[in-house]
Order: sequence, then structure tokens, then C-alpha cells
Amino acid sequence: MKRLEKFLRPYRRESILAPLFKLLEVVFDLMVPVVVAQIIDVGVAKNDRGYIVEMFFVLLLMAAVGLLCSFTAQFFAAKASVGFATSVRQAMFDHIQRLSFTELDTLGTDTLITRLTDDVNQVQNGINMGLRLLLRSPFVVIGAMVMAFTINVRCALIFVVTVPILFVVVFSIMLISIPLFKKVQAGLDRVTGLTRENLTGVRVIRAFCREEQSVEEFEEGNRELTRLNEFVGRISALLNPLTYVLINVATVLLIARAGVQVNIGNLQQGQVVALYNYMAQIIVELIKLASLIITLNKSMACADRVAGILDVKSSMEYKAVAGNDKVDDNMAVEFNHVTFTYEGAGASSLSDITFRAKKGQTIGIIGGTGSGKSTLVSLIPRFYDPQEGIVKVNGVNAKDYPQGELCSEIGVVQQRSILFKGSIRDNLKWGNDQASDEDLWKAITIAQAKDVVEAKPGKLDFEVEQNGRNLSGGQKQRLTIARALVSKPDILILDDSLSALDFATDAALRKAIGELEGNVTTFLVSQRISGIRQADKILVMDDGELAGQGTHEELMETCETYQEIYYSQFPEERPVVMKTSEKTEKGAAE
Amino acid sequence: MKKLLKLIGKYKIFLGFSVIFAAISVVLQLYVPVLFGDAIDEVVAAHQVNFDMMWYYLRQILVFIVISALATWFMNLLNNRMTYRIVQDIRSQAIRHIQVLPLSYLDQHSTGDIVSRVIADTDILSDGLLLGFTQLFSGIVTIVVTLIFMFSKNVWVTLLVIVLTPFSFVVAKFISSRSYTMFRKQSETRGRQTALIEEMIGGQKVVKAFGYEKESSRRFDEINKELQTYSQKAVFYSSLTNPSTRFVNNIIYAGVALLGAFLIPGGTLTVGGLSVLLSYANQYMKPFNDISSVITEMQNALACADRIFDLLEQKEETPDAEGVFATVDGNVTIGDVAFSYDKEKELIKNFNLDVKPGMRIAIVGPTGCGKTTFINLLMRFYDVDEGKILVDGKDIREVSRHALRSSFGMVLQDTWIKSGTVRDNICFGKPDATDEEIICAAKEARSWEFIRRLPKGLDTVLHEDSISQGQKQLLCITRVMLCLPPMLILDEATSSIDTRTELQVQEAFDKLMKGRTSFIVAHRLSTIRNASLILVMKDGKIIEQGNHEELLKKGEFYHKLYHSQFES
Repeated sequence: MKRLEKFLRPYRRESILAPLFKLLEVVFDLMVPVVVAQIIDVGVAKNDRGYIVEMFFVLLLMAAVGLLCSFTAQFFAAKASVGFATSVRQAMFDHIQRLSFTELDTLGTDTLITRLTDDVNQVQNGINMGLRLLLRSPFVVIGAMVMAFTINVRCALIFVVTVPILFVVVFSIMLISIPLFKKVQAGLDRVTGLTRENLTGVRVIRAFCREEQSVEEFEEGNRELTRLNEFVGRISALLNPLTYVLINVATVLLIARAGVQVNIGNLQQGQVVALYNYMAQIIVELIKLASLIITLNKSMACADRVAGILDVKSSMEYKAVAGNDKVDDNMAVEFNHVTFTYEGAGASSLSDITFRAKKGQTIGIIGGTGSGKSTLVSLIPRFYDPQEGIVKVNGVNAKDYPQGELCSEIGVVQQRSILFKGSIRDNLKWGNDQASDEDLWKAITIAQAKDVVEAKPGKLDFEVEQNGRNLSGGQKQRLTIARALVSKPDILILDDSLSALDFATDAALRKAIGELEGNVTTFLVSQRISGIRQADKILVMDDGELAGQGTHEELMETCETYQEIYYSQFPEERPVVMKTSEKTEKGAAE
Repeated sequence: MKKLLKLIGKYKIFLGFSVIFAAISVVLQLYVPVLFGDAIDEVVAAHQVNFDMMWYYLRQILVFIVISALATWFMNLLNNRMTYRIVQDIRSQAIRHIQVLPLSYLDQHSTGDIVSRVIADTDILSDGLLLGFTQLFSGIVTIVVTLIFMFSKNVWVTLLVIVLTPFSFVVAKFISSRSYTMFRKQSETRGRQTALIEEMIGGQKVVKAFGYEKESSRRFDEINKELQTYSQKAVFYSSLTNPSTRFVNNIIYAGVALLGAFLIPGGTLTVGGLSVLLSYANQYMKPFNDISSVITEMQNALACADRIFDLLEQKEETPDAEGVFATVDGNVTIGDVAFSYDKEKELIKNFNLDVKPGMRIAIVGPTGCGKTTFINLLMRFYDVDEGKILVDGKDIREVSRHALRSSFGMVLQDTWIKSGTVRDNICFGKPDATDEEIICAAKEARSWEFIRRLPKGLDTVLHEDSISQGQKQLLCITRVMLCLPPMLILDEATSSIDTRTELQVQEAFDKLMKGRTSFIVAHRLSTIRNASLILVMKDGKIIEQGNHEELLKKGEFYHKLYHSQFES
């Protein structure tokens, strides 16, 4: 909560003025019963019509001034709370932009989105309500008590006893039910989850004839939810009747005592009416306060979550200026005994990886699911920092690049193809916002997406929907490749990004990338041998370790893991005696 | 409405009592101020206090408040029970209904849509309609009773209140129509902002890879500022409603005080009477506001009721046949089958196939060629339009769905893992399996390696993303491995397992498939090479069939498909 305070600071004036004007309004509210008492005790008792009319206008005036105060308060509260939420949102968004992949992985996209939207809105509501009402209710309650004292001390004592009792009742019911509400929410989440499961798994459930058991499981959650709901309901059902009884019993006692006071001449009838009115005001405010506190409680929890995001520190630091220890200009990427473990993971995903990639080379990376292929390439653009060893890009330690500079030299096509809402042109220009249409078409042609873009209405101006919904998986993949090519990178990384393409397109694309102009170093991650067998160097990954490196032919001779992968994909070539098959030769000759 | 009454059915008595208690509590709560007024009237001035009468009224008050509080309490309890039980009933009915709905309905409706019907709509229905009903009722009772009491105190003051009250509605209406525009703009802008957030945060890794952070912050800032303007106005305008109506109320209050004070000397009104009228004048607006909000809520609830009934009244699948298989050998005959999802567009027609026990049928072809549809028909997720499918000579529509489905083991393309432990997931088809059986199946399906390494082994609770896609597929395979049904359907089962693991699974499958009729759908040709029969499908038709060598020799579609794998 403290963490967010600074965002409210620019609105300090508003945050003070809002409750202040609200208090002024309350003062006028509290004066009303006194004025009415005057009407009765002075105006009516003396039958002074002039006085009554005068007081009537006083009441109107008070109402008008009260209205103005209230408007002012609302204005300041709205300005402060909305302004606060706006800057918190911006700060969060900017902060998230600065986080490294490690933090993004730990936090998760869904969490971040909820924090930025729902949670911030809740905090805004909380602050708005808090500024307007948090001080109002206690002030009314205390004010009413004070006013009661000015009228008659003996009668006012009843207030002193009643108000704390009411407080205790209202707040203990709340304190008991708030944690229970959380349980109810969890119960509801479970029922929702079970419903969803029954729908997404409908084929499996029916295939395994599990309809009955699914219903039973759902029923169990359903009953549990009802039980919780009813339990909480029984507790909160007490609030209304209990406070009603308390306040009215207090009023009965008040009038009984007032009767005595009037009888001995300490009190007038109109003042009794005033006291009676104060009692009524107190109960209204207490109930308001209770619901306000529930809202505030919620938004406090949200504020904590928001602050939690802002507290996450990026685990990466950047050099301000580039280091100039360019050792070997001929080397594009160099891994030196690199070991990397994901945050919170038990075992390392890469252990002791050493290899070199010369400029202009094509490096293939192959290995099983979870063997560390993607992890390896994600260290090159410094998405993560290795715990041990050094990653050098163009001869310079990846950690020594200033922020943003390394990424501009490397084009990465990630496994999940993500496109953004906007025209195809906008999307491709992510790589280089200076790119001309000609440049874009060039990249599109290399990425084998020419026919895709040309078939779209508007071509480059074709509007891509959110997440590229209106494109097929293969189309998206080709466009993400084109996007990476637009930036004319020195190093191009394709992380298993051809998976949605048919074989022919896949092959054509790899060929086109092989013929890229300039001295581009290409990393190809693939599960298919056919995807990497042409590479200048192939890295074979096995359970985070480098099981072998070399050309296809070398690996077929020396690397057992590679052979195993090869024969799993080309079983008919599994030789009785090792010999290079006809097909391999043909492939190598191309 | 009739359907609703049927739902409420057994809770009718609850509703009846709830209404009675509501009436009691409202009438008494309104009568108590009158008694207070009477009591105050006994407290006139020094030495003129009639203690006996005063206490007479006060004692009455005490009794009434206790009764009224009890009535309110009972009403709350009844409402609680009624609404929660009805919600429970609707949901349970819905989930049962979902089990027998034809897949065509479930495939056409998004999961989110149906979930929101079962969860959110049900809540709104019960809150809005049932609570709405009691609230509406007490609101009306409050207005009527208040008017009666007020008239009984003084006609003129009452008339004044009745004449002035509508002003408060006018004011509220005026403000809400102003703030509505701002609210619309606010939610519009908020929607755009959320979309941007979802995109940029969802694609954060791309944003970083392209160094797009500054630009995305700038775009966010733009929308954020716009949102600030609209939000501030929306919040401000809408917060004017309460003070404004309160202002009108205060004017009425002052008016009542003025008129009342003029009337007291004439003897038509007492001081206590005035205090009663004043307190009524304060409360008079509330039921009106309540009623108007209840009515919007009830309209809302009726819309939700429509959506729920739409789900509950969807036609069920054709009734199940009673027949069972004696033993299943694995003869499958498909005769002249025609089928399409959309009756306008024909998909599968003249589909013929004869499968002998133990045959391994591989289905290949481009996306949308009808491979998955074939499975839908075999498992009777959908019924054929024409022709028939026979299993061991019996039309599959003549046996029960359970009998048919339990003779197939199925692994689908999109792996489905239920929330629960690994054990729950594996035992899905055989809930009484022992740990030995499970481990044995897991070993054969090559999933034991990773299960063993999970923090709690078989008892590890699985969440959405706690295991990889490949591991999920291994689990689904283990699930089938445990049941050992006589026939198998494998849809793309190995598509996201790496080739080495795939090879291992393939061995396990080979073992599993031995002697079992199996249907395999896959894009990856290596997985289907040793099928006894390959069906090459295109546009819903089988265009080629035969084994690998035959088809390669034929040099047509399959040949092209196969060889594209080696071109580079």
C-alpha cells in the first residue's frame, strides 16, 4: 500500500479537499434536526410564523450549500482517484516492459493482465469511495453523538453506550463473513472449473463412459458451494434484524429518559424529536460504513497485488555504453561452458554448453522435447542470463550490450507465432519502422508468404485481428518470419518456427533463407532431421547437454543420439551394417 | 414464466412464507415510527408528561420491533435457502443435460458461452428474479403503507410529499442520461485499452525481441490519457446522482417542516405526528429507487432465464439402444456412409470400408479432409446421415453408446487433462485400477519416467500448465493403455512428442495394437508407415487406399505427400 502512495501524491490537494468538503456537507446534515427542533420549540410553541418561514429558508439554504459542498467533494475525489489509477496503470505497464523473460515466466500473462485491468479499477473505486465516504460515516456518527450532548447530557449517554455496541455487532458479523466469502469464491471457482472441464473434455468423458462420475463429481462441488453459501447467508442474515432491534431498543430508552428530562424541565419536546432523528442517522451511516469497508477491503487486497507487480525487480542489468573488447570479429555466436537453470526449476536446462558459430554459418539444433533447444537459442538475444559461463555475440559478452542494442542485431522467430492487431504493414514494420514497402515485399517473398499477402484484400493494408485470429497457423508463422527478416538481422533464429508449414513450403523457405544476402548467421531449431541436415554445423541436444556437434555426415559417424533420432525418422534406412544410404547422398548433393 | 414456476416448484412454500414475512416486517417497521410519534406526543413539556401512556406506547414498540426483527430474519433465511437451492438444482440439471446433448450443439457453442450460462446466468436469475420478487413486493407494500400512515397523520403534508417526490426522479434521470454517454465512452476506451494490454503483455516476448517497448508504452499512454478524461467525467457525473436526489429530498423535508409547523397550532397535527411525517419524508424515496433498480435487475434475470432454458431445452441425443456386444473381435464395416455437419455442404459421401480384426488403418490427407469426422462417426459422437457402420456385424446404432465406446480406446489430438491428480487422470477409464496396474501401464506408455520425477509422483495435482504438451499426450496414452479396449482410435496422438519419445511410444503402441483393430490419424508419415491399410482422404472422400509400398508405386497424391518430406 505504501508503495502506491507516491502515485496519489500529485493529487494531495484533491485528496485533502475531497473529504474536507464531504465533512462540510455532513455538518449541514447534522444541523437539520437542530433547526427542526427550533421550529417546534420556538416557532410552533410561540406560534411565530415569521420565525418558521425564516427557519424554512435556513433549511433550504443549508440544503443548497450542502449540495455544493458535495459536488465539490465528488469532483475532487473523481479527479484524484482516476488520476491515481491512470498513473498507476502507466507505471505498471512501463514496469512490465522492463521486466526480463525470467520474471515474465514466473508471473504469467494472465496475472499481469488482471492486475493491469480489474485490480487497478478496483483500487480506483476504493480510493474514490474512501475519499468521499470513509471519513463521512464516522463523522456523522460522532457528530450525531456530539450534537446529542449539546442538547442533553443525560440522554446523550444512551448514545455513548449504543454506538459502541452497534459497532461491535456490525463489525464482528463482517469480520466473520469476509473470510467465508473467500471460501465461497473458491467454491464457485471449483464449480466453474468443473463445468468447463465437462465441456472441454466431453469427447474423452463420453469415450470412457464417465458421464455418471463426472456428474457426481460436479454435484459434490455444487452441494459444497450451496452449503457454504447458506452458511455465510445465515450469518449475514443476522445483520439487519440485530441492528434494527438494537437501535430501536436504544430509541425506546432514549424517549423514556427524555420523558423524565422533559418532565423536570431540562428538555423541550422539539429537542426530543431532534434526538430521535440523530439516532436514525447513526444507524443509516453504520450500515453504509459496513458496506464501504467491504469494498475497501477488496480494493486493499487489489492494491497489494498491484504493488506486488511494481515490486518485482528485473533480474537483468544493462551496460550504459557498449564495451569494446571485440576479440574475434569472425565469430557470430560463442558459448563458453554455459549452464542455465530456469527460475524455481529443480534441474538445469542447459549444462556446460560450449560451441562456436562463425559468421554466415547455418547452425541446426536438434533434440527431444525439453532437451533445451529453445533455451539455448533464447540465451543468444539475452532473453535470459546464464548462471555460469559466457555467451558472446559478435565477439562481445551478451551482458555488455546496452539495452535494445543486442535485440536489434538479432531476428528471432519464436515457437508461438504472435501477430498484433493492425495492418500487415504495421506488423512487419515492428522489425524496422523505416522499412519501405519494397523492403517488406522482399521479406515476404523470402518468407514464402507472397501468395498469402497477395491473396488478402488490401494486401499489405490487410487488417490482422487481435492475436492474428483471421490468419491460419501457417500464414502466421510465415508472417512472423517475414517480420524478423525486415529488420535485416546479422543473426536469424528460427525456433521450431516452421512446424505449421507443409513440407514443400518448409523446404522452399529454408532454401530462401540459405540464400539471404549479407553474412547472416542462421540458427534453425527443429525436431525433424530433414529441417537441419543441410546445416554447416548441427548441435545435438539431449537432456540439457550437448550430445554432439558437427555436420550431418560427421554426426552420423560419431554421435549415437543423432543416429537414434535419424533412424526414428527414417526407419527404412536403418542399416544392418553402417553405410551411407543412397538417399543421404542424394540429399547431401543438393 | 411457466418454466420458471416449474423450477421454483418445490420451493413454492418458501416463496409464500417469504412474502408473508416480508409483509409483516415492512408493516411493523413502518408502524414503529408512528408509535414513537405517539410516545413523543405524551412528552409535552415540564410537568405535562404522561408516563403511563408513554410507556404504553414504548412497550408496544418493544414487542413490535422484536416481531419485526424475527420476521426479517426468517425472511432472510428463507430467501437464502430458496435462491441457493434453486441455483444448485438448475446447475445440476444443466450438467446432466450436457452429458446427453448431441456433440453438434456443444461443438457449435463456445465453452465460455455455456459456462457463463451455467454459472453467471444462473446466479443472476436466482438473485434477480427471486430476491427481486420479494424486494418488489416489500417495496410496493412500503409505499402503500407509508401513504396510509402519512394520510392518517395529515392529508396536506402527505399531498405535498406526493407532489414533490417526482422531482427527484427527474433530477436522477437528467443526471443519468448525461453520465450514460460518458460511461459508454469510458467502457469503449477501456475495451480498447484491455485489448492493447492483452496483445502487448501476451506478446511481451515478441515486444522485447523487437525492442518495441517504447512504442508500446507510448501507445498505452495515449489510450490511458483518453481513458482518464472519460473516466473522470463518468465517475464525477454519476456521483452527482446521490447528492442531487438528497438535495430534492432535503427540500421536501424542509417543506414538510414548514407546512407541518403551520398546521400544529391549528390542531390538525401534533408534534409527534410531525416527527413521524419527517422521518417518512426521509424514507419515502427509498422504495421507489429500490423498485426501479429491482425492475432492471428482473429484466436482466429474464434474459438470463431465456439463455438457461435455451440450454436446458436443447434436444437430447437420439435415445440410446439397449444392445450390447457379446465379444468384440474388431470387424468394422462402413457401408455407403454419407455425412455432413452443415446440411448445405456435403462432406463425406459413398464412404465404404471393410476392416478385418487386427488391421491397422492409417488415415492421411490435408487438413479438413474429413479425418476427424471419421472418428466422430466411429465413436458415434455424430450419427451418419445415410448408410451404416457395423461393428462385428451389428449396426452401431443398435447397441448402447456405452457399449460401443468402451470397445474403443481413444487418444485425441487436443489432449485433455482434468484437474486432479495424475492418478485420477490415468484411472479415468478404469477407476478401480491398482497402483501396480497404473505403474505398469505408465511404463509401457513411457510416461512413468516423468511421472516418477513429479514432486508427488502419481499423487501430484495437475494444473493447466504444470506439464508439457508432450507429457500430456503421454498421459492420455497411458489412460488408454490401462483399459486395453479391443479397438483403438489415435488422432494425431504423437504430434507434439519429439521423434525419439515418439519412437518409444510407437513401440508401446505396436504392442497395444497387436491383435487390435486400430485407426490412426496423423500428419506424420513416419508414424503410419507400417499400417496394413492407408486411406488417403481428400475432401471427404477416400481418393487412394493401399499399403505404403503400393501407394508409393502408384505415384499419385500419397507419393507427393510422402516425398515432400525429403525435399530440401
